[in-house]
Amino acid sequence: MDLDAIKMIWMRDLIRHFRDRVRLLGSITRPVLWLLIMGTGLRAAFNVQGISYTHFIFPGIIAMNLIFSAMMSTISIIWDREFGFLREILVSPIPRSSIVLGKALSGATVAFIEGLFVLAFAPVIKIHIPFVNLLLLLPLMFLLGFVCTTLGIVIAARMTSFEGFGVISNFVIMPLFFLSGAMFPIDNLPHWISFVVRINPLTYGVDLLRWETLGIRSFALHHDLIFLIVFAFVMLSIGVFEFNKTN
Amino acid sequence: MSDLAIEVRNLKKHFGQVIAVDDISFEVKKTEVFGFLGPNGAGKTTTINILCTLLLPGAGEAKVNGFNVLTSPNEVRKSIGIIFQDPSLDERLTAYENLNFHGMIYHLPAKERASRIREVLDMVGLYSKKDNIVRTFSGGMKRRLEIARGLMHCPKILFLDEPTTGLDPQTRQHIWDYILNLSRKDKITIFLTTHYMDEAEICERVGIIDHGKIVALDSPGALSSKYNVPSLNDVFLEVTGRDIREEGSDDKAHLSEFLRAKIKLK
Repeated sequence: MDLDAIKMIWMRDLIRHFRDRVRLLGSITRPVLWLLIMGTGLRAAFNVQGISYTHFIFPGIIAMNLIFSAMMSTISIIWDREFGFLREILVSPIPRSSIVLGKALSGATVAFIEGLFVLAFAPVIKIHIPFVNLLLLLPLMFLLGFVCTTLGIVIAARMTSFEGFGVISNFVIMPLFFLSGAMFPIDNLPHWISFVVRINPLTYGVDLLRWETLGIRSFALHHDLIFLIVFAFVMLSIGVFEFNKTN
Repeated sequence: MSDLAIEVRNLKKHFGQVIAVDDISFEVKKTEVFGFLGPNGAGKTTTINILCTLLLPGAGEAKVNGFNVLTSPNEVRKSIGIIFQDPSLDERLTAYENLNFHGMIYHLPAKERASRIREVLDMVGLYSKKDNIVRTFSGGMKRRLEIARGLMHCPKILFLDEPTTGLDPQTRQHIWDYILNLSRKDKITIFLTTHYMDEAEICERVGIIDHGKIVALDSPGALSSKYNVPSLNDVFLEVTGRDIREEGSDDKAHLSEFLRAKIKLK
């Protein structure tokens, strides 16, 4: 592990992120659209487990902002390849694992911050989160951002074009989001959907966030955590393998 | 062994059916200024990419600063600085940030980083622009900044892949004065490629590569007298000239084929 290099990659991505104001705008409008418009519109139709629909999807919308910004942050890998900066990194004496870890941490940080934008809506829709739960929620949001970034890294490392990444990430983000229990309860689903839901990392992330914000869950806490950590570890390993390829 | 900066033995590399580097061998001594010349597609950049560990050798052996590129790539990476043919700066960052991050990945302590940044930026005349975003720089300024970055960590061997392509004569002159001064003062080995033969005349030795094979290897003066021509430019045309024309006509054939296909589509 090379701490200087991890720090460098992390800092660079954050500087770049916050210089791009348009991206920040997207991360604020997304929760407003979903939470206030979808949530309010569907509230009359659904009442899940005795909880109002706006409340039910709240942790799901946090997870959505996390996965969107995490995946989008990894587009910088394609960007760097296209504009040459990746070569500057690859000819330097940085262990490839540190490059991947630095990327995963910067993506997780950006995702975490964008997740906070959604969390700030909690008082607006009258969700009260006890202080202890809030303290637990923050690291869990970071963890979920980290997990999503590692998935993005594996996809971006294999992609050669921005367009391709856009297609793939939508092809990945939307199904993961819809099949994560973010929008509807995952109990009593048809068999084939239930299977996809169970191998979807976002399911366990949403479950953790819902437990801390609303106090309801579908799986045991250690079950959620173990799945997420193992998933991130596998993705990191594949990412390092991809970066180590030199033809 | 100890006085060699670069050793290449029977190096081969192919991409699919295309042989990019075909069994080449050469050596570059420490502190030497070595020019690696050849027409487009001759195998120059492939060779540089192998020497700086971006590509694995297909067969044969390459050592840089005594380290094998295959078995100790990280030691090689620590020894070298590279100025790429295509830009590799982060254009969204300032000049200072680009250099500062470079210093971080080469483990220069913070204090030394600041002083080295000042030194190299002064040298390329960009210190007053240090807080400007690189995207706003002209092509020449970007090149100068890349050169500053390549030198920041005091590499033993500096690779320059067509460092002056697309620059005006003033900037070219400035960059070469600087590079030559550096090789004398700091005893850095310089391995460069260029298309400008007048620039290659300043090299102590040149190797000319064509179709993946080394076709000439000596000092510019010795090559001129060997082929009995007045300049390196003539030597270059003598050993590679016919092939360029063939490649040129090939390109034309490809181009017209491409255009025909386009027109048919319409």
